[in-house]
Amino acid sequence: MTAPATTTVPPALRPAPTTPAPARRRGRFGVHLFLSAVSFAFLAPLLLAVYASLRPYEETAKYGYFSLPRQLSFDYYQQAFADSGMSKYFLNSLLIAVPGVLLTLFLASFVAFAVSRVRIRGGIVLLMLFTAGNLLPQQVIVTPLYVLFNKIPLPYWMSDSLTMYDSLWAVISVQTAFQLGFCVFVLANFMRTLPREILEAAIVDGAGLWTQYWRVTLPLCRPALAALGTLQFTWMYNDFLWGLVFLSDGDKLPVTSALNNLRGQFFTDYNLLAAGSVIVALPTIVVFLLLQRHFIAGLTLGASKG
Amino acid sequence: MPNTRARRAGRPGPRRHTRRDLVVLGALLGIPILLDLALIWGPTLASVGLSFTTWDGIGDIQWAGLKNYDNLFTNYPQFWPAVRHNLLWLVFLGLLAAPFGLLLAVLIDRGVRFSRFYQSTLYMPVVLSLAVVGFIAQLILSRDQGAVNAVIGGRNPTDWLGNPGLNIWMVLLAACWRHTGYVMILYLAGLKSVDPGLKEAAALDGASERQAFFRVVLPTLRPVNVIVGVITVIESLRAFDIVYAINKGRNGLELLSVLVTDNIIGEASRIGFGSAIAVVLLLVSLGFIVTYLVQELRGEQQR
Repeated sequence: MTAPATTTVPPALRPAPTTPAPARRRGRFGVHLFLSAVSFAFLAPLLLAVYASLRPYEETAKYGYFSLPRQLSFDYYQQAFADSGMSKYFLNSLLIAVPGVLLTLFLASFVAFAVSRVRIRGGIVLLMLFTAGNLLPQQVIVTPLYVLFNKIPLPYWMSDSLTMYDSLWAVISVQTAFQLGFCVFVLANFMRTLPREILEAAIVDGAGLWTQYWRVTLPLCRPALAALGTLQFTWMYNDFLWGLVFLSDGDKLPVTSALNNLRGQFFTDYNLLAAGSVIVALPTIVVFLLLQRHFIAGLTLGASKG
Repeated sequence: MPNTRARRAGRPGPRRHTRRDLVVLGALLGIPILLDLALIWGPTLASVGLSFTTWDGIGDIQWAGLKNYDNLFTNYPQFWPAVRHNLLWLVFLGLLAAPFGLLLAVLIDRGVRFSRFYQSTLYMPVVLSLAVVGFIAQLILSRDQGAVNAVIGGRNPTDWLGNPGLNIWMVLLAACWRHTGYVMILYLAGLKSVDPGLKEAAALDGASERQAFFRVVLPTLRPVNVIVGVITVIESLRAFDIVYAINKGRNGLELLSVLVTDNIIGEASRIGFGSAIAVVLLLVSLGFIVTYLVQELRGEQQR
């Protein structure tokens, strides 16, 4: 969108510019200067992390962070992967986030459907229950959940700790329950904007409730589901607290929490820590760059109502 | 819309669900409700209950009345600093990050060239986990190896993250780094939906650009302002990852959320006491949540 909004007005109707053209151009230049300065300031920490991660520690220690590189390599990445078993933690993160997202979207979309399209009693109350639940600070529920998960037994094939505590199930179920609120809220608002007639036609054709939901409503929600899926994946992947509290076995940690636990060995070598941070950040940045449109749509779907 | 209502009323009787429909409805509505009650609202209530007990998580649960709260307010040195930090978080995000996000959104919305690039760059930090933000902050601000000290030089390097009078500000800057982009995106979406005719009418009436913004555009952004307010409050109350990643929330970085976590997963598991802190957090946030929901509900009825 490079064209200013005023081009939609026929030239004859356009108000005479209040400021002379040169001043306006200078204003533009100022805006660019400001925006690029801010953009650079926002990117700088990331760029620095990437740069540091590519250089041996001795070099930055000797010549400083902003010296020209004498030697660049991916050694630290290899080290972070090999020594700390990052791949294992990545797998954990995926094992939590993928089922978590799918489950959340499925359950939330049905609740949203019931609340917004089937006239059930107490629909608003339900909506409020879920939405408010998502706004609670996590620490409010963490203690009882910790106790609860320690009490719920699971068979050995599901959890080698024999309880829900210290198993990925705990993290997946909390993530799902917690994120349900946001998804229900967004999807219910989205479904309200769908034309009612389509559903009514289906009902006249004798479609049952499941068909109305799965075959008629859900396909229309594809853009909202894509947006939410992207957003939820990032949130679940980025989660730090649940993994920290509900998993005690270091091997089960998701990658963000694992990075924290591994910091001890990184302490002396900040360039290695930089490599670790870049590795952890990379998936979400890639997802963001590829699916930017969906990503932003997801946030604003939740914000601009109806 | 009286028209559709009349047609709906004309349909034979209320909609009846078949047996199969009821089973589907019961199961697919029941599971999420159960999940929500068991894992969110149940524990919330349990937290309230446990806060009146002294429990270490193993032995018997003993009723303690208001003892935990009394201890918390008068006898727990970390409590008030944590409250202060949470408030600071709120003020900082609300008065610095949010208006800055709005400013950026307005500038980008004016349709400058490369706006896509600016938008993506400014938004990038939002996709990072706060934990990663914490690590990057260390990279830049650590005393002996940080980039900032490397630039400043000098014989006595500043301990940006270790000095308890200084570190909270550094962490707040890092938190703003992330919050600004979030707010910007919300306002950008809001600005896109502002009717351009409004702005033109204001310009025709001789309003300056600034007047048009404050008198015409900003009032139409009210719903976005509400959302930004809610998000800012919630984020300030939830703040945790970033300080925990830096130094486990000690030595000047205390937050209510950290105190709760410390009391349950620390060496001494003081579940009753930790719950009392959680309840304080709950009460503060519930105030905002209820306000927000009332607002939503009103919008719902107007629809």
